[in-house]
Amino acid sequence: MMRADIRGVGLWGPGLEGWAQGRAVLTEAASFVPCPTDPPPPAILPANERRRAGPAARLALTVAEEALAGSGIAPATLRAVFVSSSGEGALVNSLLTTLAEPRAADQAISPTLFHNSVHNEAAGYWSIAHASRAPADSLAAHDASFANGLLKALAEITVEGEPVLFCLFDAPMPFPLSACRRTDFSFAMALLLAPPALRAACPLARLAGGFIPRPAPLTPPRLPALAALTAGNPAAQSLALLEALARRETRRLTAPLFDGHLALEIAPEI
Amino acid sequence: MKPLPITAWSVVSALGIGAAATLAALRARRSSLTENDFAPASGGGFIGRVAGVAGHHLPGAFARFTCRNNLLLDLALRADGFEAQVAATARRVGPERIGVVLGTSTSGITAGEAAFRQRDPASGALPGNFDFAHTQDFFSAARYVRAALGLAGPAFVVSTACASAARSFVDAAQLIAAGVIDAAVVGGADSLCHMTLAGFAALGLISPFPCRPCDAARAGLSIGEAAGLALLERDSEAPFALLGYGESSDGYHMSAPHPEARGAIAAMRDALARAALQPAAIDYINLHGTGTPANDASEDRAVFEIFADQTPCSSTKGFTGHTLGASGIVEAVIALLALHEGFLPGCLGVTRLDPSFRARVLLDNESRPIRRVLSNSFGFGGANCSLIFGRAG
Repeated sequence: MMRADIRGVGLWGPGLEGWAQGRAVLTEAASFVPCPTDPPPPAILPANERRRAGPAARLALTVAEEALAGSGIAPATLRAVFVSSSGEGALVNSLLTTLAEPRAADQAISPTLFHNSVHNEAAGYWSIAHASRAPADSLAAHDASFANGLLKALAEITVEGEPVLFCLFDAPMPFPLSACRRTDFSFAMALLLAPPALRAACPLARLAGGFIPRPAPLTPPRLPALAALTAGNPAAQSLALLEALARRETRRLTAPLFDGHLALEIAPEI
Repeated sequence: MKPLPITAWSVVSALGIGAAATLAALRARRSSLTENDFAPASGGGFIGRVAGVAGHHLPGAFARFTCRNNLLLDLALRADGFEAQVAATARRVGPERIGVVLGTSTSGITAGEAAFRQRDPASGALPGNFDFAHTQDFFSAARYVRAALGLAGPAFVVSTACASAARSFVDAAQLIAAGVIDAAVVGGADSLCHMTLAGFAALGLISPFPCRPCDAARAGLSIGEAAGLALLERDSEAPFALLGYGESSDGYHMSAPHPEARGAIAAMRDALARAALQPAAIDYINLHGTGTPANDASEDRAVFEIFADQTPCSSTKGFTGHTLGASGIVEAVIALLALHEGFLPGCLGVTRLDPSFRARVLLDNESRPIRRVLSNSFGFGGANCSLIFGRAG
């Protein structure tokens, strides 16, 4: 098993607008009132970029900033792994619509829309926002994005011996792509993960994980209403992990990784 | 880092199918670029098109994966004995111990483009036979290769624009070093599509003539398509290995390189440090060298900063075109061919080297034994990746 400390957390989903609200819902201190909304534009971006960045990148940066806040880790040298099944799918949908219009070939598509449609848009804006020179990766694995992405982040922490920001997000795509790939609402979470050897302060929790080549189902969160969210956005597969973190539980979790699974163990710091 | 052996590789580009065809075209200094007949009105310029893609077919069981990008990947799977080497490795270590990490920027978007042209006029719906998950979806490339090779380890797509395939080496090397897997299929593909041709045209980056990286009169890029694969295996016998990797972000702009090339410099220094090599140990540098005025000038600055005017460098995009997310694997295979053959390809199409350049740019092919090659890949979002390949021993 690969190990990391959880030093920060960020969350945005329906009725889970930020970690304070999310933790209250996940611990059943507050009731769950799902109301899909988009986060406010991330203040960290310069005004021009804030206006230009697509909805998925804004979502990703919101949770990334929340995980960073209070972690005591400098963002300019922080490695990042951004993970999303569909990236900036809404912009891709828009570009494909334009390209299919009659005589669209004569119409230039928006250059900004085009360079923002790359999967690593969020990673790019993150590094621009912090003038960061550290690597910022951008990964996709459809319904196994959570498991493969977290596995890769844990491997990077283990091998490089440095903290990694893990940011998982997906935003709905408009019609007609919405009919091909279900994403019912925006959902994003981020974990600021650090190698245990770098422990400077008391982490929020300790995490261990590894790939097991045998099938296992997704561990759902306990509240049925929250468990229902896991089918509506691939990033919401992280909800049981967030629940264990919120409740300060010691818990074993599994997430499907094709014909195998990601096995996770989370424990509160003692 | 411990050198990571590369036990098989394959490549498909407009230069041809397989390493031998690629090498022959490089030796003959034959450009593959032709007038843009793929989407002439959206972009113009010249393209590097792989012949025979449309006539290729995926094996029957995998027909749902059919799209230009996966057809290119399938051609690469069948080339250079790649499939057989993966099968042999899978028998030895087990299919669950082999990961698949592939780079692509637009995956099977041509399937989506076709589907959007066939929307139902009344409802606007896409045609019922459009299989998004197996074609356009980013992950489709890795999903296809994993299925076609019968592998059972972790798999994902890395999509950091034009640094994607180079980055796949890094992500896989980390999974192997962490003990998650013993081997990995890396590389990737990008295919000609209206989106990138029109998009780069909208950014004003398409050259009206075949691209001429490092030329004083260079005017942009020519887009090509390609697929390539490499098999990385810990503790195996192979003549060549990945000796180091370096990654960085520019943290500057989504589509323009850092004018002082700080990110590119950081990536190359990081790769040298990880390989525990001094700059003088590098015998040849394969530049990202897209042919845009800004990219080549910025990269020259970065190379000169580290290597002064000592190390021969060139861009091979005058041969292949810029194969975007696949360029990292195309140029990794060219690096391996350079090592194997003792052959350094010079830039193609240069009539006058940019007089402001200070690095040692090769304009003609050279033959001599070499031990180590550094390959650069830079992408939108300010994603930089440098890889060092060399003799394993």
